[in-house]
Amino acid sequence: MLTDFFSRALVAGIGLALVAGPLGCFVVWRRMAYFGDTMAHSALLGVALSLILSINMTAGVFAVAALVAGALLILQRQATLSTDALLGILSHSSLAVGLVLVGFLTTVRVDLMGFLFGDILAVSMEDIIIIYAGGIAILAILFFAWRPLLASTVSAELAEAEGLHPEASRLVLMILMASVIAIAMKLVGVMLITSLLIIPAATARRLSATPEQMAVVAAILGVIAVVGGLFGSLTWDTASGPSIVVMALIVFVVSLAVPVKRLFGRKVHNGSYA
Amino acid sequence: MDKQKLITLTNAGVSRGGRSLVEGVDLSISRGEIVTLIGPNGSGKSTTAKMATGVLKPTSGTVTRMPGLKIGYVPQKLTIDWTLPLTVDRLMTLTGHFSHPQVEMALEAVGARRLLGAAVQELSGGEFQRVLFARAMIRQPDLLVLDEPVQGVDFSGEVALYELVRKIRDTTNAGILMISHDLHVVMAETDTVLCLNGHVCCRGTPAAVKNSPEYRALFGERAAQTLAIYEHHHDHEHEGHVHAH
Repeated sequence: MLTDFFSRALVAGIGLALVAGPLGCFVVWRRMAYFGDTMAHSALLGVALSLILSINMTAGVFAVAALVAGALLILQRQATLSTDALLGILSHSSLAVGLVLVGFLTTVRVDLMGFLFGDILAVSMEDIIIIYAGGIAILAILFFAWRPLLASTVSAELAEAEGLHPEASRLVLMILMASVIAIAMKLVGVMLITSLLIIPAATARRLSATPEQMAVVAAILGVIAVVGGLFGSLTWDTASGPSIVVMALIVFVVSLAVPVKRLFGRKVHNGSYA
Repeated sequence: MDKQKLITLTNAGVSRGGRSLVEGVDLSISRGEIVTLIGPNGSGKSTTAKMATGVLKPTSGTVTRMPGLKIGYVPQKLTIDWTLPLTVDRLMTLTGHFSHPQVEMALEAVGARRLLGAAVQELSGGEFQRVLFARAMIRQPDLLVLDEPVQGVDFSGEVALYELVRKIRDTTNAGILMISHDLHVVMAETDTVLCLNGHVCCRGTPAAVKNSPEYRALFGERAAQTLAIYEHHHDHEHEGHVHAH
């Protein structure tokens, strides 16, 4: 069944969307969008190092993304520069170092565009196995650690006082994000990975009354974006990765037309309690 | 000792980077006892509470907790971002699993049952505080920790919340640890007030602390004069008032 490139792309993309939706909810709730971007940008450095050291690329990307997250944690403890500035430094310098290193590679020809914007139509059976094995592991961790992860997101202080470990939750989420980046890079590229985490989750908010609903809805919307985007790219011969993101954006814009008052959880302006 | 000690701090303190946050705290809480920590910002109230709950380890002295101590925590301020859809119903089971009847009963106990399906972002300050009380109480904690319980609640709301604290103490026999920087407000039922400023300045019943020279030195004469102690019965409050001039 998965003999043609288009079916493989669909299966791979759907697998990624099912994982990115629920995890993306945490990214939105915890305001980690820029953080996710930073980790994603470091993926190119991971690619370059994997090629230089001849190690598995998924593992290399994961390791570098996790290291960048760790570096940020340590720098935050120093409390000198703001997190915002630190993220800016890490994000762009890791991307730049990655690009420079790729330039040094003379033995391998690197398809830079493929890494920056993804090449979902080139996924192999092996890639699909990695996506689904990794995806199932990520979803299983989210499922079993859901309550402490959510409690820590609502209030780290409260979770801690009642015997949970919000620092551990934070670490788990960072590792999961590094994993998603590692498996998503080939599909949508380092520049677009975070959009798959954030756009479906942000769209799901208006359609959900509970965190769990939002996670499920985000997964479904992600699948719609992948399927719609891939068929769109096939029809109009557009770049596949960006087409998926454009489709996610279209779903988001359409969702804005849904009257929220008819749904649960009306928006309170200025973030204050009415 | 007829009452079981839930928590005992002995000469406990925390210092970080060579700087002492709080030191020499002696404090114990038994079942049915209300202990209030007061002090200005940075006086070590939160640090002391965190030592008590086990979030922070003391760097000096000792802290002992009853084995298996269950803590219910009512945070000072909980701002839940609009991006996180959360109903009261769902908030109730944030840190543990409880059945629907349990959730309804806990909300009923604080008079907030009608809020069951409401989004937390829609609640008023007082309503949210009640829901947070219910959330902490559904765990049937041995110790209830209240961090600035009446902050952002109007005067009548304050009185109602203190009634609630009293009711919780009487019906569940939980120990209660309250933290307050609002020096004007101390519950009359508080068994012990600890006045902190990097160390324990003074301690005792609310009335004793109010009249102690250390309290006056720390917070000034004016604060002492305006310190209101919530009494259960307000029918005698106008007796014996003498106006100067």
